[in-house]
Amino acid sequence: MPSLAVWKFASCDGCQLTLLDCEDELLTLAEQVQIAVFAEASSAMVGGPYDVSLVEGSITTPTDEHRIREIREQSGTLVAIGACATAGGIQALRNFADVAEFTSVVYARPDYISTLATSTPPSAHVPVDYELRGCPIDRGQLLDTLAALLVGRKPRLPSATVCTECKRSGVSCVTVTEGIACLGPVTHAGCGALCPRHHRGCYGCFGPAATPNMGAMIPLLRRDGMSGGDVDRAFATFNVADFHADRGAP
Amino acid sequence: MTGPARSAPGTARTIRVGALTRVEGEGALHVELRDGVPEVVELNIYEPPRFFEAFLRGRAYTEPPDLTARICGICPVAYQVSACNAIESLCGVNLDPDLMALRRLLYCGEWIHSHALHIYMLHAPDFLGAPDIITVAREHRREVERGLALKKAGNRLMELVGGRSIHPINVRVGGFYSVPSRADMALMAEQLRAALDDALATVSWVAGFDFPDLRVDHEMLALTGERYAIEDGAIARSAGPGFGVDRFSEHVRETQVPHSTALHATLDGRPHLTGPLARYTLNHHQLSPLAREAARAAGLGTECRNPFRSIIVRAVEVVYAVEEALRILDEYQPPRRPFVDLEPRAGVGHGVSEAPRGLLYHRYEIDSDGLVTGATIVPPTSQNQAAIEGDLGKVVLAGAGLDDGELTSLCERAIRNYDPCISCATHFLTLTVRRR
Repeated sequence: MPSLAVWKFASCDGCQLTLLDCEDELLTLAEQVQIAVFAEASSAMVGGPYDVSLVEGSITTPTDEHRIREIREQSGTLVAIGACATAGGIQALRNFADVAEFTSVVYARPDYISTLATSTPPSAHVPVDYELRGCPIDRGQLLDTLAALLVGRKPRLPSATVCTECKRSGVSCVTVTEGIACLGPVTHAGCGALCPRHHRGCYGCFGPAATPNMGAMIPLLRRDGMSGGDVDRAFATFNVADFHADRGAP
Repeated sequence: MTGPARSAPGTARTIRVGALTRVEGEGALHVELRDGVPEVVELNIYEPPRFFEAFLRGRAYTEPPDLTARICGICPVAYQVSACNAIESLCGVNLDPDLMALRRLLYCGEWIHSHALHIYMLHAPDFLGAPDIITVAREHRREVERGLALKKAGNRLMELVGGRSIHPINVRVGGFYSVPSRADMALMAEQLRAALDDALATVSWVAGFDFPDLRVDHEMLALTGERYAIEDGAIARSAGPGFGVDRFSEHVRETQVPHSTALHATLDGRPHLTGPLARYTLNHHQLSPLAREAARAAGLGTECRNPFRSIIVRAVEVVYAVEEALRILDEYQPPRRPFVDLEPRAGVGHGVSEAPRGLLYHRYEIDSDGLVTGATIVPPTSQNQAAIEGDLGKVVLAGAGLDDGELTSLCERAIRNYDPCISCATHFLTLTVRRR
């Protein structure tokens, strides 16, 4: 039986929780794969190597820099799950700030705290086979990826934009019909256009699409009522490092 | 995980466990014993810090609900609601009663989901001698399927009101982006009626477990309101009158200890307890008749001070949350407007709510441009850390005759009683026991 390991780095646990949220499939899945390591869910841990590793979270400590390399060596296929593991997460806001100052704001004794100046995804340290976007990831996409790896096909991971998801599912464009500022044109698909379905503009939690046209996007956001500061903040959330790279110099 | 090393009692010995499991986040436990008496008991949280309170500075007043949700994937609604409460009170805005009801409904979904997760997936294996729910399912398939169905009902409720269960997208300061239709709410009610039977069966099931003796005498802290407090309330304590939310930080103080990336909080300088035991003890008279009857049948009195029995209290709270959700669903009329408009103003706002694990406090300082200039977040696990360490001391003392493996397992169970959320507190666990 193929083995599955679930690993956590700096994160909120929400993406690994997505696996436990597969209430209808969990027991069936456990008959198909050996869940060898999953600390949040099991006290039993089996030694490597592992056929598939799901990695949640970003690398933010010297210990974790070392641990991700060990996990890579032990893993056949390594899948990064969620914005922390594909872009460094919201904690990558430190990459654009002074981490010593950050530490002093939160902790009275910064000298007790060991942390790196940056929050980086596993792919900055080791080769990663697949990346599941999202903050959090989509449950259907996780199940499809596990099923694909079980039968030996490639996972179906969309590379289009949230915009296309609206069009395909017949959701009226919130920008065109209601003038709501929306990051859908530059955001990676995968959520099923969740926010526009709720009369909210996409807020970019799946990160930038493959070739986002930021030059066209930003004037639209300004037209729809965002100030310069609003635009900067809108891109400075869970995928701040990826959007920052796409915008070039701020 | 390496197995516990065995050595004869009375001599120096060390127990080491690689990571504490079935808890949310990363931490360790350090216990030193001399002649069977614990000298050092430290809950060592090594979850890497993510600096939320630092990067919240400079953000717009509308952003904390979405940003702070990311502190915890298991209780994001608690973060969203405490943040909204703080900012709305700062802006001097009260939500329409029907929007408050919708917010309480969403929160009921989180209680059902989070409690079912902890009862069935994280905690029950301890009482059944199993490493996880998958193993439990081999002998208790029906019960596990029931737990999964219950958890799923909570998740569906969160999806209906919040758009998704992990980091809901439909919550905003002032209310919601959109509100559900009556037809969707009626369908949800049908699903939840089945969940009520599952919730009642859960109480009877966990009431039959064997509970180690332990009594925690710390003061208890919980919100209290017109109904069993969930989404808001006034601060109440077991010894003496409560205090206003704006005076929270005068009473509950956070200090840093070298062995933890989570700050430790105390109530007027002493350890205290928040969460299901505190809520039950302070507010049990407000539970629904059905939940009260389930509690009585499960052997709970007018207070519960044995943390091992917290699993029963959680199960009772699930009964209440399902009934409460059904009440709100049955009375539902789509609100006149999905949100109340509010204008930012300079000042300081405080907000609280009852996360599944206990009282969650947010404080924001906002300037005249509507930007956050300071943020303080005190999660329940920070508040419970001292109580957890106190319990561990008692458990280690009472269990000094046990072999290392049994003692280690008892310590881990004493920690899981609190359903600790380490991602929240870093704001659990490698275990080292050194006996001398």
